Amino acid sequence: MNWDYLTPLLWEAAGQTAYMVLITLLIGGFLGLALGLGLYLTRPGNLLQHRFVFAVLNLAVNIVRPIPFIIFLVALGPLTRAVIGSTIGIEAFTFAMCFMATFVFARLVEQNLVSIDPGVVEAARAMGASPFRIVRTVLVPEALAPLILGYTFLFVGVLDMSAIGGYLGAGGLGDFAIVQGYRQYDWAVTAVVVVIIVVIVQAVQWLGNGLARRALRR
Amino acid sequence: MPAATSGIIRFEGATKVFPGRGKGAEVRAVDEVTLDIREGEIFGVIGQSGAGKSTLVRLINALERTTGGDVVVDGVSLGSLSEARLRPVRAGIGMVFQQFNLLASRTVSGNIAYPLEVAGWPRAKREARVAELLDFVGLADKAGVYPSTLSGGQKQRVGIARALATNPRILLADEATSALDPETTRDVLDLLQRVNRELGITVVVITHEMDVVRSICHRVAVMERGRVVEVGEAYQVFSSPRHDTTRRFVATALRDRPSPEVLARLRTRHTGHIVTVGVDEVAGSSAVLTRTLREHGVDGTVVFGGITEVAERPYGSLTVELVGDGGSVEAAVAALRAVTWVDDHGTAADPRKVRGVGQQDAPDADPAGPPDPGAPGEGLPGNGPFGGQTWLTGGIDL
Ligand SMILES: Nc1ncnc2c1ncn2[C@@H]1O[C@H](COP(=O)(O)OP(=O)(O)OP(=O)(O)O)[C@@H](O)[C@H]1O
Ligand SMILES: [Mg+2]
Repeated sequence: MNWDYLTPLLWEAAGQTAYMVLITLLIGGFLGLALGLGLYLTRPGNLLQHRFVFAVLNLAVNIVRPIPFIIFLVALGPLTRAVIGSTIGIEAFTFAMCFMATFVFARLVEQNLVSIDPGVVEAARAMGASPFRIVRTVLVPEALAPLILGYTFLFVGVLDMSAIGGYLGAGGLGDFAIVQGYRQYDWAVTAVVVVIIVVIVQAVQWLGNGLARRALRR
Repeated sequence: MPAATSGIIRFEGATKVFPGRGKGAEVRAVDEVTLDIREGEIFGVIGQSGAGKSTLVRLINALERTTGGDVVVDGVSLGSLSEARLRPVRAGIGMVFQQFNLLASRTVSGNIAYPLEVAGWPRAKREARVAELLDFVGLADKAGVYPSTLSGGQKQRVGIARALATNPRILLADEATSALDPETTRDVLDLLQRVNRELGITVVVITHEMDVVRSICHRVAVMERGRVVEVGEAYQVFSSPRHDTTRRFVATALRDRPSPEVLARLRTRHTGHIVTVGVDEVAGSSAVLTRTLREHGVDGTVVFGGITEVAERPYGSLTVELVGDGGSVEAAVAALRAVTWVDDHGTAADPRKVRGVGQQDAPDADPAGPPDPGAPGEGLPGNGPFGGQTWLTGGIDL
């Protein structure tokens, strides 16, 4: 094991993972929230009910979500090329991650919103609030704690997705563990990466739980 | 009693049809209702579960849109307004809910401030108004706490404060007291009454409890299967209910009339002729009863009954055992019938079934029995000595 050689590579891999994960959390989180709200709002009986739009969104989420990510990467190839200009590299890979994260998070958001008492939405409506205001001042604040937990869950999922970045030459910690550890029969390197990932996940989960508990203190 | 007669809320053949769920048949939740609710009154809407009360009241602030007819609020026809144009109309109508529907993520103050934010009030004005409202509903000390720590009655006070925040002219209360215990119910009803009296706000109260109507409503509409089957002054509706549904509701609020079970027990103790005599402001009083019995040489013993207040006027009945010679009892009953309604239960040896106002349900009532006693008697101005609630059971000699 040559740590003088490996350490800079490990830092580089960690940077790549941070790049992929943070961008995905930002973009996928935002778009997923929007899509989840769209699903919730257009559901029959809800604020902006619209059978057709709901059916389309619902179908899209149902189709995309269960596809194994490694297959999804390939299937998304043409779109990735159209948007990013290439099907390989960290940008192309992050694009696919954002896409998948959007759909995964959308369902989580929708499920959390459904659990809100429709009575409070009705009360806001009775007070003359517009749908946009209701989203901002009722739906999101009322479901904040579960939304934070859902977002924490999304983080773990995204970190998981990023592990196969090596397939598209995106690098990252997963790629490092495979190239420098697995293929070199250097189990210590793999173990170090695993420990790093476990620590990160634990820290984020702890942070998420704490924030959710704070949001629930009412 | 409010003097104004203009309809601040007018239902004009208003109809709401819900498409059937799944392949089910459509539901006519509100069926061609024409009704005027007057400015400044407390108007009750009563009916059994599923009668369409909530839907009716939700047409007033257009939470539901009519599928036929129209609803006119303060001269504005809601049927023709777009969703965006309806928002200011809604903001001018307060609403309180059975389940309170407070935002768990906001403090008491935050909840009351919500409609003010929607209406675009500046922060300083908002804070002053919230303080004022907290004072009005008696929760000044709870400003900073979250709703989850409040009792049901306190939550409903917050709900009422929130509904009053933007100075609405109309307050809708959908089963506002149904989730509360009797004592808290009394407090909340008192508060609604204050809202009406002190602020001059028109209050529409939905309920399935006739007691609520009895204690605060000026007028009442009775709903059944989407239709208004009876509407009128609360006192009038109580004293002469015309529809069977109304009769049943009246019976639940006035527990002064013996049920068949009570009657059976009474007969074991009192073998004489048992009659139930109506007592109200116009038609009779215990003094009239006493005088009539004395004139006919009949002894009367009150065995059941009570007089309570409806719309702040006395109303109720007394069930009396009559003992006298020969035809004197029959003559006394006839004389009483001239001034008020009488349910003649006969004697234990010769019982008569009556389809009384007081009986919960009398599907087995003899159709050839005495005429419907529900109609109030005429003549004789009341000189009723009963003011508040006088409940009598057992044997009291007249
Ligand atoms: N959104 C809806 N879609 C379909 N049917 C509905 C809807 N809302 C109400 N209904 C139906 O309309 C009828 C009247 O309902 P409504 O809630 O107005 O009754 P209610 O008198 O308020 O009853 P409760 O005392 O139980 O509150 C019921 O048969 C109900 O199932
Ligand atoms: Mg209802």
